[in-house]
Amino acid sequence: MSSIPEDLQYTKEHEWVSGAEDGITLTVGITAHAADALGEVVYVKLPEVGEAVTAGTPIGEVESTKSVSDVFAPVGGEVVEVNETLDANPALINSDPYGDGWLFRVRLEGSADDLLSAAEYTALTSGEA
Amino acid sequence: MSRPTPLRGVHESLGATLTDFAGWLMPLRYGSESAEHNAVRQAAGLFDLSHMGEIFVTGAQAAEALDYALVGHLSALEPGRARYTMIVNAEGGVLDDLIVYRLAPEEFMVVANASNYPRVAAELTERAKDFDAAVDDRSERYALVAVQGPRSTEILAALTDADLDGLKYYAGLPATVAGREALIARTGYTGEDGFELFVAAEDAEPLWAALTEAGAPHGLVPAGLSARDTLRLEAGMPLYGNELSADHTPFEAGLGRVVRFDKPGDFVGRAALEARKDVPPARRLVGLVATGRRVPRHGYSVVVAGEGTIVGTVTSGAPSQTLGRPIAMAYVDNGLTSGLAVDIRGTHEPVDVVELPFYRRKK
Repeated sequence: MSSIPEDLQYTKEHEWVSGAEDGITLTVGITAHAADALGEVVYVKLPEVGEAVTAGTPIGEVESTKSVSDVFAPVGGEVVEVNETLDANPALINSDPYGDGWLFRVRLEGSADDLLSAAEYTALTSGEA
Repeated sequence: MSRPTPLRGVHESLGATLTDFAGWLMPLRYGSESAEHNAVRQAAGLFDLSHMGEIFVTGAQAAEALDYALVGHLSALEPGRARYTMIVNAEGGVLDDLIVYRLAPEEFMVVANASNYPRVAAELTERAKDFDAAVDDRSERYALVAVQGPRSTEILAALTDADLDGLKYYAGLPATVAGREALIARTGYTGEDGFELFVAAEDAEPLWAALTEAGAPHGLVPAGLSARDTLRLEAGMPLYGNELSADHTPFEAGLGRVVRFDKPGDFVGRAALEARKDVPPARRLVGLVATGRRVPRHGYSVVVAGEGTIVGTVTSGAPSQTLGRPIAMAYVDNGLTSGLAVDIRGTHEPVDVVELPFYRRKK
Protein backbone atom coordinates (compact mmCIF):
# COMPACT_ATOMS: atom_id res chain seq x y z
CA MET A 1 0.00 0.00 0.00
CA SER A 2 1.46 3.32 -1.04
CA SER A 3 1.86 6.03 1.55
CA ILE A 4 -0.39 9.08 1.41
CA PRO A 5 1.07 11.83 3.63
CA GLU A 6 -1.52 13.58 5.78
CA ASP A 7 -0.05 17.03 5.40
CA LEU A 8 -0.39 17.29 1.61
CA GLN A 9 -3.30 17.98 -0.70
CA TYR A 10 -4.06 15.96 -3.82
CA THR A 11 -5.73 15.97 -7.22
CA LYS A 12 -7.80 13.35 -8.99
CA GLU A 13 -4.92 13.16 -11.47
CA HIS A 14 -2.71 11.70 -8.71
CA GLU A 15 -0.62 14.75 -8.05
CA TRP A 16 0.23 16.13 -4.65
CA VAL A 17 0.48 19.78 -3.68
CA SER A 18 2.43 20.88 -0.66
CA GLY A 19 1.14 23.35 1.85
CA ALA A 20 2.44 26.69 0.69
CA GLU A 21 5.57 27.57 2.60
CA ASP A 22 5.28 31.27 1.94
CA GLY A 23 1.56 31.25 1.49
CA ILE A 24 1.80 31.68 -2.27
CA THR A 25 4.22 29.17 -3.80
CA LEU A 26 3.10 25.55 -3.98
CA THR A 27 5.24 22.50 -4.72
CA VAL A 28 3.78 19.83 -7.00
CA GLY A 29 4.67 16.18 -7.51
CA ILE A 30 3.03 12.89 -8.39
CA THR A 31 1.88 10.51 -5.69
CA ALA A 32 3.54 7.25 -4.72
CA HIS A 33 0.37 5.52 -5.88
CA ALA A 34 0.80 6.99 -9.37
CA ALA A 35 4.54 6.33 -9.42
CA ASP A 36 3.93 2.67 -8.54
CA ALA A 37 1.30 2.35 -11.24
CA LEU A 38 3.55 3.94 -13.87
CA GLY A 39 6.55 1.77 -13.14
CA GLU A 40 10.05 3.08 -13.60
CA VAL A 41 10.04 6.64 -14.82
CA VAL A 42 12.53 7.17 -17.65
CA TYR A 43 11.79 10.73 -18.77
CA VAL A 44 9.95 13.78 -17.50
CA LYS A 45 8.90 16.74 -19.61
CA LEU A 46 8.29 19.70 -17.33
CA PRO A 47 6.80 23.15 -17.99
CA GLU A 48 9.04 26.17 -18.50
CA VAL A 49 9.83 28.55 -15.67
CA GLY A 50 7.72 31.65 -16.19
CA GLU A 51 4.95 29.74 -17.93
CA ALA A 52 1.41 30.72 -16.94
CA VAL A 53 -0.68 27.65 -16.22
CA THR A 54 -4.39 27.01 -15.77
CA ALA A 55 -5.70 24.49 -13.25
CA GLY A 56 -6.59 21.16 -14.85
CA THR A 57 -4.64 21.62 -18.09
CA PRO A 58 -1.78 19.31 -19.21
CA ILE A 59 1.61 21.02 -18.90
CA GLY A 60 4.08 18.14 -19.10
CA GLU A 61 4.43 14.39 -19.22
CA VAL A 62 5.88 11.53 -17.23
CA GLU A 63 7.19 8.67 -19.33
CA SER A 64 7.76 5.24 -17.81
CA THR A 65 8.89 1.96 -19.28
CA LYS A 66 5.32 0.96 -19.99
CA SER A 67 3.33 4.14 -20.46
CA VAL A 68 3.19 7.90 -20.64
CA SER A 69 0.95 10.17 -18.60
CA ASP A 70 0.15 13.86 -18.69
CA VAL A 71 1.23 16.14 -15.89
CA PHE A 72 -1.55 18.59 -15.09
CA ALA A 73 -1.43 21.97 -13.44
CA PRO A 74 -3.21 21.37 -10.11
CA VAL A 75 -3.76 25.09 -9.61
CA GLY A 76 -3.56 28.19 -11.75
CA GLY A 77 -0.56 30.49 -11.58
CA GLU A 78 2.99 30.93 -12.79
CA VAL A 79 5.65 28.24 -12.79
CA VAL A 80 8.55 29.61 -10.74
CA GLU A 81 10.87 26.60 -10.48
CA VAL A 82 11.24 23.14 -12.00
CA ASN A 83 13.14 20.18 -10.60
CA GLU A 84 16.04 20.03 -13.02
CA THR A 85 17.64 17.04 -11.29
CA LEU A 86 14.87 14.90 -12.80
CA ASP A 87 16.40 15.38 -16.23
CA ALA A 88 19.41 13.30 -15.27
CA ASN A 89 17.64 11.17 -12.67
CA PRO A 90 13.93 10.72 -13.46
CA ALA A 91 13.80 7.64 -11.21
CA LEU A 92 13.73 9.99 -8.21
CA ILE A 93 9.98 10.09 -8.89
CA ASN A 94 9.85 6.40 -7.97
CA SER A 95 12.34 6.44 -5.13
CA ASP A 96 11.24 9.65 -3.41
CA PRO A 97 7.95 10.90 -4.89
CA TYR A 98 7.16 13.28 -2.01
CA GLY A 99 10.73 14.51 -1.58
CA ASP A 100 13.52 14.77 -4.15
CA GLY A 101 11.13 13.61 -6.87
CA TRP A 102 9.05 16.79 -6.78
CA LEU A 103 8.19 18.20 -10.24
CA PHE A 104 7.76 21.97 -10.14
CA ARG A 105 6.73 24.95 -8.04
CA VAL A 106 3.94 27.31 -8.96
CA ARG A 107 3.00 30.73 -7.59
CA LEU A 108 -0.69 30.50 -6.95
CA GLU A 109 -3.04 32.92 -8.63
CA GLY A 110 -6.63 32.74 -7.49
CA SER A 111 -7.71 29.96 -5.18
CA ALA A 112 -6.92 26.26 -4.85
CA ASP A 113 -10.38 25.06 -3.94
CA ASP A 114 -10.57 21.82 -5.91
CA LEU A 115 -7.80 19.96 -4.11
CA LEU A 116 -8.50 16.79 -2.16
CA SER A 117 -7.55 16.08 1.43
CA ALA A 118 -5.41 13.04 2.25
CA ALA A 119 -8.56 11.24 3.42
CA GLU A 120 -10.39 12.04 0.18
CA TYR A 121 -7.43 10.92 -1.91
CA THR A 122 -7.12 7.71 0.09
CA ALA A 123 -10.78 7.01 -0.66
CA LEU A 124 -10.17 7.73 -4.35
CA THR A 125 -7.24 5.33 -4.64
CA SER A 126 -8.85 2.56 -2.62
CA GLY A 127 -11.82 2.75 -4.98
CA GLU A 128 -9.46 2.06 -7.87
CA ALA A 129 -7.74 -0.89 -6.30
CA MET B 1 -12.13 -11.60 -13.65
CA SER B 2 -8.63 -12.50 -14.70
CA ARG B 3 -7.62 -16.15 -14.40
CA PRO B 4 -4.73 -16.86 -12.06
CA THR B 5 -1.89 -19.17 -13.06
CA PRO B 6 -0.81 -22.05 -10.77
CA LEU B 7 1.93 -19.69 -9.51
CA ARG B 8 -0.33 -16.91 -8.28
CA GLY B 9 0.52 -17.56 -4.63
CA VAL B 10 4.22 -17.35 -5.42
CA HIS B 11 3.81 -14.04 -7.24
CA GLU B 12 1.83 -12.59 -4.35
CA SER B 13 4.37 -13.72 -1.79
CA LEU B 14 7.10 -12.07 -3.88
CA GLY B 15 5.15 -8.80 -3.88
CA ALA B 16 4.62 -8.78 -7.63
CA THR B 17 2.60 -6.08 -9.31
CA LEU B 18 -0.09 -8.15 -10.98
CA THR B 19 -1.82 -7.15 -14.18
CA ASP B 20 -4.46 -8.48 -16.52
CA PHE B 21 -2.88 -9.83 -19.69
CA ALA B 22 -5.01 -11.63 -22.26
CA GLY B 23 -7.52 -12.50 -19.54
CA TRP B 24 -4.87 -13.83 -17.16
CA LEU B 25 -3.65 -12.39 -13.89
CA MET B 26 0.08 -12.15 -14.56
CA PRO B 27 3.11 -10.65 -12.81
CA LEU B 28 4.05 -7.38 -14.49
CA ARG B 29 7.15 -6.88 -12.35
CA TYR B 30 8.43 -7.95 -8.96
CA GLY B 31 10.51 -4.86 -8.25
CA SER B 32 12.51 -2.92 -10.77
CA GLU B 33 11.68 -3.93 -14.34
CA SER B 34 15.02 -2.61 -15.62
CA ALA B 35 16.85 -4.72 -13.02
CA GLU B 36 14.87 -7.76 -14.21
CA HIS B 37 15.69 -6.93 -17.83
CA ASN B 38 19.39 -6.55 -17.08
CA ALA B 39 19.46 -9.75 -15.01
CA VAL B 40 18.23 -11.71 -18.04
CA ARG B 41 20.90 -10.12 -20.28
CA GLN B 42 23.73 -10.62 -17.76
CA ALA B 43 22.76 -13.61 -15.56
CA ALA B 44 19.28 -15.17 -15.64
CA GLY B 45 15.60 -14.50 -15.14
CA LEU B 46 12.74 -16.77 -14.10
CA PHE B 47 9.40 -16.29 -15.85
CA ASP B 48 5.90 -17.67 -15.33
CA LEU B 49 4.45 -18.27 -18.79
CA SER B 50 1.61 -20.54 -17.72
CA HIS B 51 -0.85 -18.41 -19.68
CA MET B 52 0.42 -19.92 -22.92
CA GLY B 53 -1.64 -22.69 -24.52
CA GLU B 54 -0.55 -26.30 -25.07
CA ILE B 55 -2.54 -28.11 -27.75
CA PHE B 56 -1.68 -31.71 -28.56
CA VAL B 57 -2.17 -33.18 -32.03
CA THR B 58 -1.76 -36.94 -32.12
CA GLY B 59 -2.45 -39.82 -34.46
CA ALA B 60 -1.17 -41.58 -37.57
CA GLN B 61 -1.82 -38.46 -39.69
CA ALA B 62 -0.97 -35.84 -37.09
CA ALA B 63 1.95 -34.57 -39.19
CA GLU B 64 -0.13 -34.35 -42.36
CA ALA B 65 -2.93 -32.59 -40.48
CA LEU B 66 -0.48 -29.95 -39.24
CA ASP B 67 1.03 -29.55 -42.73
CA TYR B 68 -2.49 -28.70 -43.92
CA ALA B 69 -3.42 -26.55 -40.92
CA LEU B 70 -0.24 -24.45 -40.60
CA VAL B 71 2.14 -22.64 -42.97
CA GLY B 72 5.16 -24.71 -41.87
CA HIS B 73 6.42 -28.11 -42.99
CA LEU B 74 5.82 -30.01 -39.78
CA SER B 75 6.00 -33.52 -41.27
CA ALA B 76 9.67 -32.76 -41.96
CA LEU B 77 10.33 -32.04 -38.30
CA GLU B 78 12.33 -34.70 -36.51
CA PRO B 79 11.05 -35.98 -33.18
CA GLY B 80 12.65 -33.94 -30.40
CA ARG B 81 12.83 -30.78 -32.48
CA ALA B 82 10.69 -27.65 -32.50
CA ARG B 83 9.76 -25.09 -35.12
CA TYR B 84 8.46 -21.53 -35.14
CA THR B 85 5.42 -21.36 -37.43
CA MET B 86 2.07 -19.67 -37.93
CA ILE B 87 -1.57 -20.43 -38.45
CA VAL B 88 -3.21 -18.16 -41.04
CA ASN B 89 -6.73 -17.74 -42.34
CA ALA B 90 -7.78 -18.41 -45.96
CA GLU B 91 -6.74 -14.85 -46.87
CA GLY B 92 -3.25 -15.37 -45.47
CA GLY B 93 -3.81 -13.18 -42.40
CA VAL B 94 -1.98 -14.36 -39.29
CA LEU B 95 -4.25 -15.94 -36.65
CA ASP B 96 -1.36 -16.76 -34.32
CA ASP B 97 2.32 -17.47 -34.22
CA LEU B 98 3.20 -20.84 -32.73
CA ILE B 99 5.99 -23.10 -31.65
CA VAL B 100 5.36 -26.71 -32.59
CA TYR B 101 7.26 -29.51 -30.85
CA ARG B 102 7.37 -32.98 -32.34
CA LEU B 103 7.46 -35.13 -29.21
CA ALA B 104 7.15 -38.46 -31.04
CA PRO B 105 6.47 -39.50 -34.66
CA GLU B 106 2.72 -39.25 -34.06
CA GLU B 107 2.62 -36.68 -31.25
CA PHE B 108 2.97 -32.90 -31.56
CA MET B 109 2.56 -30.11 -29.02
CA VAL B 110 1.44 -26.77 -30.43
CA VAL B 111 2.22 -23.83 -28.14
CA ALA B 112 -0.10 -20.90 -28.82
CA ASN B 113 -0.45 -17.44 -27.35
CA ALA B 114 -2.69 -16.91 -24.33
CA SER B 115 -5.07 -14.60 -26.15
CA ASN B 116 -5.46 -17.00 -29.07
CA TYR B 117 -5.24 -20.59 -27.96
CA PRO B 118 -8.96 -21.36 -27.68
CA ARG B 119 -9.34 -20.18 -31.26
CA VAL B 120 -6.24 -22.05 -32.39
CA ALA B 121 -7.55 -25.24 -30.79
CA ALA B 122 -10.90 -24.78 -32.53
CA GLU B 123 -9.25 -24.10 -35.91
CA LEU B 124 -6.93 -27.09 -35.56
CA THR B 125 -9.89 -29.31 -34.67
CA GLU B 126 -11.77 -28.14 -37.76
CA ARG B 127 -8.75 -28.39 -40.07
CA ALA B 128 -7.80 -31.87 -38.80
CA LYS B 129 -11.25 -33.40 -39.19
CA ASP B 130 -10.48 -35.17 -42.48
CA PHE B 131 -7.25 -36.65 -41.09
CA ASP B 132 -6.57 -39.54 -38.76
CA ALA B 133 -5.58 -37.13 -36.00
CA ALA B 134 -6.96 -35.97 -32.67
CA VAL B 135 -6.67 -32.43 -31.31
CA ASP B 136 -6.65 -32.02 -27.53
CA ASP B 137 -6.30 -28.67 -25.78
CA ARG B 138 -4.39 -29.49 -22.58
CA SER B 139 -3.57 -25.89 -21.66
CA GLU B 140 -5.38 -26.15 -18.32
CA ARG B 141 -3.19 -29.01 -17.20
CA TYR B 142 0.16 -27.39 -17.94
CA ALA B 143 2.28 -24.75 -16.33
CA LEU B 144 5.19 -23.20 -18.19
CA VAL B 145 8.23 -21.77 -16.45
CA ALA B 146 11.14 -20.23 -18.35
CA VAL B 147 14.75 -19.72 -17.28
CA GLN B 148 16.41 -17.26 -19.64
CA GLY B 149 19.87 -15.77 -19.69
CA PRO B 150 23.55 -16.66 -20.05
CA ARG B 151 23.64 -18.53 -16.72
CA SER B 152 20.52 -20.61 -17.38
CA THR B 153 22.37 -23.80 -18.37
CA GLU B 154 24.36 -23.86 -15.12
CA ILE B 155 21.23 -23.24 -13.09
CA LEU B 156 19.15 -25.94 -14.74
CA ALA B 157 22.04 -28.43 -14.77
CA ALA B 158 21.95 -28.47 -10.96
CA LEU B 159 18.40 -29.83 -11.06
CA THR B 160 18.46 -32.41 -13.86
CA ASP B 161 20.51 -35.23 -15.30
CA ALA B 162 19.33 -34.35 -18.80
CA ASP B 163 22.04 -33.65 -21.37
CA LEU B 164 21.58 -29.89 -21.66
CA ASP B 165 24.75 -29.36 -23.67
CA GLY B 166 23.39 -31.78 -26.24
CA LEU B 167 20.04 -30.01 -26.42
CA LYS B 168 20.00 -27.80 -29.50
CA TYR B 169 18.24 -24.46 -29.89
CA TYR B 170 14.62 -25.22 -30.81
CA ALA B 171 14.63 -28.73 -29.44
CA GLY B 172 12.73 -30.38 -26.61
CA LEU B 173 13.68 -33.21 -24.26
CA PRO B 174 11.48 -35.06 -21.75
CA ALA B 175 13.37 -35.22 -18.45
CA THR B 176 13.12 -34.98 -14.70
CA VAL B 177 13.76 -31.54 -13.20
CA ALA B 178 13.92 -31.25 -9.41
CA GLY B 179 12.19 -34.62 -9.22
CA ARG B 180 9.28 -33.58 -11.47
CA GLU B 181 8.51 -34.71 -14.99
CA ALA B 182 9.12 -31.91 -17.43
CA LEU B 183 9.60 -31.21 -21.09
CA ILE B 184 12.77 -29.13 -21.31
CA ALA B 185 12.77 -26.95 -24.40
CA ARG B 186 15.66 -24.78 -25.49
CA THR B 187 13.47 -21.92 -26.62
CA GLY B 188 12.57 -18.47 -25.40
CA TYR B 189 11.48 -14.99 -26.20
CA THR B 190 14.24 -12.85 -24.80
CA GLY B 191 17.11 -13.02 -27.27
CA GLU B 192 19.14 -15.03 -24.76
CA ASP B 193 19.99 -18.68 -24.39
CA GLY B 194 17.51 -20.35 -22.11
CA PHE B 195 14.95 -23.02 -21.40
CA GLU B 196 11.21 -23.34 -21.20
CA LEU B 197 9.97 -26.04 -18.84
CA PHE B 198 6.53 -27.53 -19.41
CA VAL B 199 5.25 -29.25 -16.26
CA ALA B 200 1.97 -30.37 -14.75
CA ALA B 201 0.17 -27.44 -13.13
CA GLU B 202 0.58 -28.93 -9.65
CA ASP B 203 4.37 -29.16 -10.11
CA ALA B 204 4.78 -25.47 -10.92
CA GLU B 205 5.33 -24.22 -7.36
CA PRO B 206 7.93 -26.81 -6.33
CA LEU B 207 9.74 -26.35 -9.64
CA TRP B 208 9.77 -22.56 -9.17
CA ALA B 209 11.13 -22.99 -5.63
CA ALA B 210 13.87 -25.35 -6.79
CA LEU B 211 14.91 -23.05 -9.62
CA THR B 212 14.92 -20.05 -7.29
CA GLU B 213 17.23 -21.85 -4.89
CA ALA B 214 19.53 -23.25 -7.57
CA GLY B 215 19.64 -19.90 -9.34
CA ALA B 216 20.36 -17.65 -6.40
CA PRO B 217 24.17 -18.04 -6.53
CA HIS B 218 24.05 -17.30 -10.27
CA GLY B 219 22.06 -14.09 -10.00
CA LEU B 220 18.69 -15.52 -11.09
CA VAL B 221 15.78 -13.22 -10.33
CA PRO B 222 12.05 -13.56 -11.03
CA ALA B 223 11.13 -11.45 -14.05
CA GLY B 224 7.72 -10.19 -15.10
CA LEU B 225 5.91 -9.42 -18.31
CA SER B 226 7.29 -5.90 -18.43
CA ALA B 227 10.87 -7.15 -18.70
CA ARG B 228 9.76 -9.89 -21.08
CA ASP B 229 8.28 -7.26 -23.38
CA THR B 230 11.38 -5.04 -23.48
CA LEU B 231 13.63 -8.08 -23.93
CA ARG B 232 11.62 -9.41 -26.86
CA LEU B 233 11.44 -5.95 -28.41
CA GLU B 234 15.23 -5.57 -28.28
CA ALA B 235 15.47 -9.03 -29.84
CA GLY B 236 13.11 -7.92 -32.63
CA MET B 237 10.59 -10.66 -31.90
CA PRO B 238 7.00 -10.04 -32.97
CA LEU B 239 4.12 -9.98 -30.50
CA TYR B 240 0.70 -11.13 -31.56
CA GLY B 241 -1.71 -8.20 -31.43
CA ASN B 242 1.13 -5.73 -32.04
CA GLU B 243 3.32 -6.83 -34.96
CA LEU B 244 1.15 -9.77 -35.96
CA SER B 245 -2.57 -9.82 -36.67
CA ALA B 246 -5.09 -11.13 -39.16
CA ASP B 247 -4.59 -7.84 -41.06
CA HIS B 248 -1.02 -8.78 -41.94
CA THR B 249 0.51 -11.68 -43.83
CA PRO B 250 3.78 -13.23 -42.65
CA PHE B 251 5.55 -11.45 -45.56
CA GLU B 252 4.78 -7.97 -44.26
CA ALA B 253 6.10 -8.96 -40.86
CA GLY B 254 9.39 -10.00 -42.47
CA LEU B 255 8.61 -13.63 -41.61
CA GLY B 256 7.95 -14.98 -45.10
CA ARG B 257 10.57 -17.65 -44.48
CA VAL B 258 8.15 -19.54 -42.23
CA VAL B 259 5.75 -20.09 -45.17
CA ARG B 260 6.82 -23.36 -46.78
CA PHE B 261 5.40 -23.46 -50.29
CA ASP B 262 7.74 -26.37 -51.04
CA LYS B 263 5.91 -28.77 -48.73
CA PRO B 264 3.59 -31.37 -50.26
CA GLY B 265 -0.14 -30.80 -50.53
CA ASP B 266 -2.41 -27.87 -50.00
CA PHE B 267 -2.58 -25.83 -46.81
CA VAL B 268 -4.99 -23.25 -45.49
CA GLY B 269 -3.94 -19.89 -46.91
CA ARG B 270 -1.66 -21.29 -49.65
CA ALA B 271 -3.46 -19.70 -52.61
CA ALA B 272 -3.72 -16.30 -50.95
CA LEU B 273 -0.08 -16.34 -49.82
CA GLU B 274 1.24 -17.56 -53.20
CA ALA B 275 -0.53 -14.68 -54.87
CA ARG B 276 1.26 -12.26 -52.54
CA LYS B 277 4.68 -13.80 -52.14
CA ASP B 278 6.29 -12.01 -55.07
CA VAL B 279 4.39 -8.74 -54.66
CA PRO B 280 6.30 -6.31 -52.48
CA PRO B 281 4.06 -5.51 -49.51
CA ALA B 282 2.84 -1.92 -49.23
CA ARG B 283 4.33 -1.70 -45.77
CA ARG B 284 7.02 -3.65 -44.01
CA LEU B 285 8.11 -4.03 -40.43
CA VAL B 286 11.19 -1.99 -39.52
CA GLY B 287 13.09 -0.99 -36.42
CA LEU B 288 13.15 2.62 -35.25
CA VAL B 289 15.60 4.20 -32.83
CA ALA B 290 14.55 7.54 -31.39
CA THR B 291 17.13 10.30 -31.29
CA GLY B 292 15.44 11.96 -28.31
CA ARG B 293 14.17 10.57 -25.04
CA ARG B 294 10.44 10.39 -25.65
CA VAL B 295 9.20 6.91 -26.48
CA PRO B 296 7.38 5.99 -29.71
CA ARG B 297 4.55 3.75 -28.51
CA HIS B 298 2.04 1.30 -29.96
CA GLY B 299 -0.40 3.13 -32.23
CA TYR B 300 1.62 6.33 -32.77
CA SER B 301 1.97 7.49 -36.38
CA VAL B 302 5.23 7.42 -38.32
CA VAL B 303 5.54 10.55 -40.46
CA VAL B 304 7.91 12.12 -42.97
CA ALA B 305 10.12 14.45 -40.92
CA GLY B 306 9.52 18.11 -41.58
CA GLU B 307 6.45 17.38 -43.65
CA GLY B 308 4.08 15.31 -41.58
CA THR B 309 2.68 12.87 -44.15
CA ILE B 310 1.71 9.69 -42.31
CA VAL B 311 3.72 6.76 -43.70
CA GLY B 312 3.39 4.16 -40.97
CA THR B 313 2.30 3.05 -37.52
CA VAL B 314 4.31 2.03 -34.46
CA THR B 315 3.46 -1.49 -33.29
CA SER B 316 5.64 -1.67 -30.13
CA GLY B 317 7.93 0.79 -28.43
CA ALA B 318 9.87 1.05 -25.18
CA PRO B 319 13.00 2.53 -23.67
CA SER B 320 15.87 0.14 -24.44
CA GLN B 321 18.16 -0.70 -21.54
CA THR B 322 20.74 -2.09 -23.91
CA LEU B 323 20.86 0.81 -26.38
CA GLY B 324 20.09 3.53 -23.85
CA ARG B 325 17.58 5.07 -26.26
CA PRO B 326 13.91 4.44 -27.01
CA ILE B 327 13.30 1.80 -29.68
CA ALA B 328 10.24 0.72 -31.61
CA MET B 329 8.98 -1.58 -34.30
CA ALA B 330 6.69 -0.08 -36.91
CA TYR B 331 4.97 -0.86 -40.19
CA VAL B 332 6.32 1.73 -42.62
CA ASP B 333 5.68 2.29 -46.35
CA ASN B 334 8.06 0.07 -48.25
CA GLY B 335 11.30 1.71 -49.32
CA LEU B 336 11.40 4.48 -46.74
CA THR B 337 14.64 4.16 -44.79
CA SER B 338 15.44 7.70 -43.69
CA GLY B 339 13.95 11.09 -42.95
CA LEU B 340 11.26 9.76 -40.66
CA ALA B 341 9.79 10.95 -37.37
CA VAL B 342 7.18 9.65 -34.96
CA ASP B 343 4.23 11.79 -33.92
CA ILE B 344 4.62 11.61 -30.15
CA ARG B 345 1.58 13.30 -28.67
CA GLY B 346 1.56 16.05 -31.24
CA THR B 347 5.30 16.60 -31.67
CA HIS B 348 7.32 15.03 -34.48
CA GLU B 349 10.35 13.37 -32.91
CA PRO B 350 13.08 12.22 -35.35
CA VAL B 351 13.87 8.49 -35.57
CA ASP B 352 16.50 6.42 -37.37
CA VAL B 353 15.38 3.37 -39.34
CA VAL B 354 17.45 0.29 -38.47
CA GLU B 355 17.48 -3.39 -39.33
CA LEU B 356 15.97 -5.74 -36.77
CA PRO B 357 16.88 -7.02 -34.25
CA PHE B 358 18.18 -4.20 -32.05
CA TYR B 359 20.07 -6.67 -29.91
CA ARG B 360 21.82 -9.91 -30.80
CA ARG B 361 23.57 -11.92 -28.13
CA LYS B 362 27.22 -12.82 -28.54
CA LYS B 363 27.54 -16.54 -29.17
